[in-house]
Amino acid sequence: MAENSSEIRYLNPPSIDVKKEKYCRFKKNRIKYIDYKNPDFLLQFVNEQGKLLPRRITGTSLKYQRKVAQAVKRARHLGLMPYVADLLK
Amino acid sequence: MSNHYETVFILTPVLSADQAKETVANYKKMLQDAGAKIHNEEHWGMKKLAYPIQKKSTGFYQLFQYEVEGEFIAKMELAFKRDEKIMRFLTVKLDKHAVEYAKVRIEKVKSFAKAEK
Repeated sequence: MAENSSEIRYLNPPSIDVKKEKYCRFKKNRIKYIDYKNPDFLLQFVNEQGKLLPRRITGTSLKYQRKVAQAVKRARHLGLMPYVADLLK
Repeated sequence: MSNHYETVFILTPVLSADQAKETVANYKKMLQDAGAKIHNEEHWGMKKLAYPIQKKSTGFYQLFQYEVEGEFIAKMELAFKRDEKIMRFLTVKLDKHAVEYAKVRIEKVKSFAKAEK
């Protein structure tokens, strides 16, 4: 009885304040060229509606975010990826 | 000064298989006549489009990766525009990273082909 009364129960779990360090995955695994021809890789940078995810969510650096954006737009032009979609994932 | 280019184009699904092959063949001939060195050529076959293009929902995809003089590209794109069998085309100039990536891709495709044999 005594030990659980001393245990402080947090309202929200403590994991919230542990900030996960975001990193640019292209710099980390040295990807130099983002290919517009394989849409399943590009789907990770697009939300359910087919819109491009912002850098603050994906954590990619500016240089590679532009390459991703260009690749996605090319894939959309070629019909490999939709301009507008619902429940894309 | 010849640069590396990569062209992907989509043929209407209305075409019969040999018509599609024939249009791809004459574009390939056009490239070769202009003295282009074709590094890689892929036919992805009939694929479903993510959105209807010209009221059609599927298309034959064809990829050419080659090295050619810069002036030729305008002529080829004009031919693409005129040809109504081609629904959409995209020509991209490859920088050095892209060329390396393309080489790796060619090896991968070859290894798959060997694995299938």
